[in-house]
Amino acid sequence: MRFAFTDEQLAFRDAVRELFARECPPSTVRDAWTNDTGRTGTLWSRLAEMGVLGALLELRDVDVVLVLEESGSAAVPEPLVEHSLAVPLLPDPARAAAGDITVVTAFEGQGVAAYAQSADIVVTGGADGVFVLDDFDVTPILGAVDGSRRLAQVSGSGTRVGDGDAFRAAFDRGALGTAAQLVGLGRRMLDMTVAYVSERRQFGAPVGSFQAVKHRLADARIALEFARPLVYRAAWSMSEADAESSLHVSMAKAAAGDAALLAARAALQCHGAMGYSFEYDLHLFMKRAWALAAAWGDAAVHRAHVGRAIL
Amino acid sequence: MDLTFTAEEEAFRAECREWLEANVPRGLASGDTREGFAAHLEWERALFEARWAVVSWPEEYGGRDASAMEWLIFEEEYYRAGGPQRVTQNGIFLLAPTVFEFGTQEQKDRILPRMAAAQDLWCQGWSEPNAGSDLAGIQSKAVRDHAAGGWRLSGQKTWTTRGAFCTHLFGLFRSDPEAERHRGLTYFLVPLDAPGVTVRGFGRLDGDEGFAEVFLDDVFVPDAHVLGEVHQGWGVAMATTSSERGLTLRSPGRFTATAARLVDLWRQRADPADTRLRDAVTRAWIDADAYRWQTFLTVTRMTAGEQLGAESSMTKVFWSDLDVRMHETALELLGADAETDDSGWMKGYQFALSGPIYAGTNEIQRNVIAERVLGLPRR
Repeated sequence: MRFAFTDEQLAFRDAVRELFARECPPSTVRDAWTNDTGRTGTLWSRLAEMGVLGALLELRDVDVVLVLEESGSAAVPEPLVEHSLAVPLLPDPARAAAGDITVVTAFEGQGVAAYAQSADIVVTGGADGVFVLDDFDVTPILGAVDGSRRLAQVSGSGTRVGDGDAFRAAFDRGALGTAAQLVGLGRRMLDMTVAYVSERRQFGAPVGSFQAVKHRLADARIALEFARPLVYRAAWSMSEADAESSLHVSMAKAAAGDAALLAARAALQCHGAMGYSFEYDLHLFMKRAWALAAAWGDAAVHRAHVGRAIL
Repeated sequence: MDLTFTAEEEAFRAECREWLEANVPRGLASGDTREGFAAHLEWERALFEARWAVVSWPEEYGGRDASAMEWLIFEEEYYRAGGPQRVTQNGIFLLAPTVFEFGTQEQKDRILPRMAAAQDLWCQGWSEPNAGSDLAGIQSKAVRDHAAGGWRLSGQKTWTTRGAFCTHLFGLFRSDPEAERHRGLTYFLVPLDAPGVTVRGFGRLDGDEGFAEVFLDDVFVPDAHVLGEVHQGWGVAMATTSSERGLTLRSPGRFTATAARLVDLWRQRADPADTRLRDAVTRAWIDADAYRWQTFLTVTRMTAGEQLGAESSMTKVFWSDLDVRMHETALELLGADAETDDSGWMKGYQFALSGPIYAGTNEIQRNVIAERVLGLPRR
């Protein structure tokens, strides 16, 4: 038993963290709310150049789970999870693997398809199998809560490339990647809040010195502390094709979603009216957390999956 | 990362399991009663004779030199097999790590083998009537007796777990009357049969005589009974609190075993259509597993040489709240039968309720997490 990442895995994470800090600051996420594509414009090609997109496809889940966590922490408005699970399902993945085109998913159970308007290929999935749609129509869903995660209904017919088992395995990768992003989002919101309540003064003291604030943030920190190992364990199980990997993913997604929602709630409350302002960045991360906690199966769905196995 | 157990770890697990399944006693009375305590001592001595009492200690003191990971495996197997509470725990899990770190060779040789063999039984003498969460408010005094080569202790300790059944107490006393708060405290080891000691047991929430108050009236202890440096008791004591909050006192094996019993109870008692309780049971099971994996992550870091600090406060809040939640869920599954339950859930619930209070209340732990893990400003 050795539950730790390798130096290479950590170095990869650090490199991507720096890239996101530089190329996907909150202003970029905010821009995606209103620009034409709902995405970043340049980050996708930078990720391709740096080999990150390729790595997401080629490496094992345990090698990339930290990278996806970072993408959550930066609220990167790009279909990293969808693309990296869908590309291996394509009959001819070369162009997609290079990042020249974008592939997204419209799987049963993931919620409405994200980033489909700017996608070149959509892969659908369900109990009857996996289908690749080259030719499809999208109907944008307006008014989704996270404006930097554009949603659309997808229709079209395609080629069957996998069976129900292939769908379920790919779905688990979507839930796992989303769980990793939720942990990153939770951590980011907590970091923002710790910084804010350490600066903000009322009654002659930083509000972060008051126990009512401290205890709320401590609880968010605890939830994240105990969700993270479940996410990493699920990534390892997926990499090793463990017989229970699907259950491990469900445990991870349920815990990560709950932890991120708790962190979001604490972050908003402890920011006071500042966090309630649209101009302030907190809501960019909070709304992503709301969206991702619901997507790819919410906590109740995943706990029901675990419950069917253990009860 | 390799989340499988090594062949050695699996062999160790198999050895634990085989012995425990053959030897764990059934139906012992509560170790927090006088009769029950005696029965538990027999079990503790059987554990010692088979070298399972203190697996992580060096062999010369009765242990097996087990690694932290092996110790966790032992704990999983112990509670999986239905092993009873460890009435020796405050000695072997709280005092012993401090003796290993701060004790002289003479103290180690004198204290540890008798502790491992359950010949000396140790209770913790920290809390006082006016020093609970505010532990640094300790008022019990230690006055130097130069002529006799020791100290004279006076004061009152309270909420001392199993104090009425133990033979020795480890505790903090104010040795420098000029110093305040954390300064000027000394860590003493006190035989409870020393002249001037009076111990009065009293009932805990469940009525068992698991608590005691210990009165000390000019009790003489020789210098050899000081652990660590004089006036440095706070720092010495903090070494035990991090192990108390952290791994040793309440390892994941306890809670995964409780979660498994809760799943069994669900199978026996639940209305399968009750989605709320189904969700609660599943959540408890996942949380217990989360504690298990968080611990493997922590132990891997420790094995790589990292020191654990305030993170142990997160662990303490998590397992104690989880334990309460699991018992609440069990009582809901029992429904009206909860009132007369004698299968352990009602008793266990009352014990679980102590978890968020002892070893530093969860409110204190949340302060520690906020200030030392998150870095929020102190008041």
